[in-house]
Amino acid sequence: MKRGFGLSVLLVLFAASSLAQQGAPSPAKAFATAPDIPYDSAPNFLKLPAGLYLGEAVAVATNSKGHVFAYTRSGEASRLFEFDQNGTFVREIGQGLYGFQMAHAVRVDSQDNIWAVDEGTDMVIKFNPQGRVIMLLGRRPESHGFVPTTPVDRAARAKPYTFGRPTDIAWDASGNIFISDGYTNSRVVKYDKNGKFIKDVGSFGTAPGQFNTPHSIATDAQGNVYVADRGNRRIQVFDNDLNYKTSYDNVGAPWSVCITPGPHQYLYSSNSYPDNNNSNAFNVTGEVYKMELDGTVLGKFGKAGKQLKEFSTIHAMDCRNENELVVGEITSWRIQKITLHPQVQTSSR
Amino acid sequence: MTNTLRSLVLEASMKRRLLLVLVVGALLFASPLFAQSAPEIPYDSAPNLLKLPDHLYLGEAVGVATNSKGHIYVYTRTGSVNATLGTNRVFVRSAARLFEFDQTGKYVREIGQGLYGLVFAHTVRVDPQDNIWVVDEGSNMVIKFDPDGHVVMTMGRKPEAITIPAAPAPGAAAGSPAGEGGARPANNGAGVPGDNFNRPTDVAWDSAGNIFVSDGYGNSRVAKFDKNGKFIKSWGTRGTEPGQFNTPHSIAVDAQGNVYVGDRGNKRLQVFDNDGNPKAQYTNVGAPWAVCITPGPHQYLYSSNSNGTADFDNGEIYKMELDGRIVGKFGTAGKQLKEFGSVHEIDCRKENEIYVGEITNWRVQKLTLHPDKVETSRTSAAR
Repeated sequence: MKRGFGLSVLLVLFAASSLAQQGAPSPAKAFATAPDIPYDSAPNFLKLPAGLYLGEAVAVATNSKGHVFAYTRSGEASRLFEFDQNGTFVREIGQGLYGFQMAHAVRVDSQDNIWAVDEGTDMVIKFNPQGRVIMLLGRRPESHGFVPTTPVDRAARAKPYTFGRPTDIAWDASGNIFISDGYTNSRVVKYDKNGKFIKDVGSFGTAPGQFNTPHSIATDAQGNVYVADRGNRRIQVFDNDLNYKTSYDNVGAPWSVCITPGPHQYLYSSNSYPDNNNSNAFNVTGEVYKMELDGTVLGKFGKAGKQLKEFSTIHAMDCRNENELVVGEITSWRIQKITLHPQVQTSSR
Repeated sequence: MTNTLRSLVLEASMKRRLLLVLVVGALLFASPLFAQSAPEIPYDSAPNLLKLPDHLYLGEAVGVATNSKGHIYVYTRTGSVNATLGTNRVFVRSAARLFEFDQTGKYVREIGQGLYGLVFAHTVRVDPQDNIWVVDEGSNMVIKFDPDGHVVMTMGRKPEAITIPAAPAPGAAAGSPAGEGGARPANNGAGVPGDNFNRPTDVAWDSAGNIFVSDGYGNSRVAKFDKNGKFIKSWGTRGTEPGQFNTPHSIAVDAQGNVYVGDRGNKRLQVFDNDGNPKAQYTNVGAPWAVCITPGPHQYLYSSNSNGTADFDNGEIYKMELDGRIVGKFGTAGKQLKEFGSVHEIDCRKENEIYVGEITNWRVQKLTLHPDKVETSRTSAAR
């Protein structure tokens, strides 16, 4: 008994010292000053049929009717589910699809087409609202004979039509397609609405216009492109031709970004609790920032944790409605519908 | 060629301008075999051709063929599950599936669901008796189904076991047969006599039922078997000389039994007699990804100079006389209807109603050609 206790103490000490060596991440620069926005989370939002489960809820989006699309890393590759605005299960889309392997993002465009970004097959798949495949970008590497006989040449992965673990997608008003690409490429690619390559920008690095894991992307009504440069802990803004404009480095590591529609657009960015379970980050990550498009921080909400209203590594946000966000979490295998109450916002703490 | 023309024209502007321009113009109009001058054949594509049931999807539509009733067979890379190595990690992945549709595109059935040899689709063809043949470059097999969908003959054998090696070293040769179902003796592409295929690509028959297999990515040969599957001979090694191949990717046979091989890597069609003796090569239609020959008294040859899977280059399909003369061309690379995303197989049972299967668009298109509406100006110029 006593001996066991001693061993435990030793283990705790060892664990603590090893965590200390990892170092505590610093809080986002705006963390201390951003006012808190009161919010609620709807309990048991998504109702799954018996026998159906979400895995890592890395991707979520809504369409114009409020239907919710969840692209999840599940037991059998990745799966795309549709729910109605009340969270009732509607259907599965793309069951067994060749392009589904390792979900990363799903977004719904202004015509309610559903776009899935898969970092396992290096593909972007466009479904029409009926759920049929109507356009494809990128190509899954061949695996005839069970092994990739085409050598994986990382430089070649950045060819105009070839992705390297792409992460996210956005469109401008004329339908041009912007893809953040990704973990092994470090670039943003622009295609026209028919999928024809226009240009790309970026390489691995820290200079303006360079990226260290461009992880999420959004466009505003003027066609400016906001790239969540997660590894560099900044949001980079480009014009529609992908010329660098500015960057915002005060909201931590932007895991996920989204921009609201309407005449006055807002930018949300999640400084998510890291998925490596470094508990030192627990108190300084997990919050979501609400910003003006020019980078001014308006407020923040949320904290790391596993309970309702807490966030365990937000990986996707939908903000079709300014005060009704839908967020998907990696480590909680959960999608929360968040209602913000900015009108009862308290002053800065 | 373009640069030469440009310098000629530049020189002309300095010196004897009129005369040289006339010469250049004459050169352009006097070369009917020059692919760029081929007349455009107007064509349409039927929207939403194939109606798939809920929860059924095509993957890469690498194989398409029709039978005598107009039923459409699609052999696609998708479907049931296998453990496999992806980019650099082990994934669970789908395999190959064979679907049948009727002549209106209505789904009829799946054939060979979960079949041992359906691993990584390459092509499907239907013979004169409506038997369905699939060529699988993952299992190294050619499988013959009768019209009811039962396996009646197999050629080649799926390797018993697989090894999952480390990711290949950067810069390793593309198209290397390494890892193809275990150790194979190094060869010059000639392959082992018999049906030891190494990533075979396509199949065709002559009127006596002899079987010709283009084989393939690993081997570089054409193998001939009698109608019962007994090996007769094979020819070809890896190389660029006549009778050699660099990825023989597609194959067709005319009514006289001549064999047309889409020698894709060498950007030429090679023609052989029925015994494999070289007769001719056509080098003016780009890289022949897919070839087919129409039936009937006047046969035509179609050949697709498909775009690569990671570019929008080329993409046009040529219509040719069997002697290689170009009749016309149509199509371009792209993702919209009437555009092509790496055409991988063509069916031309009907001369002006052809089916194409695309790799990167996961789609089969039915194309109706209107050769009677060919732009006459370019036609007359080419003649």
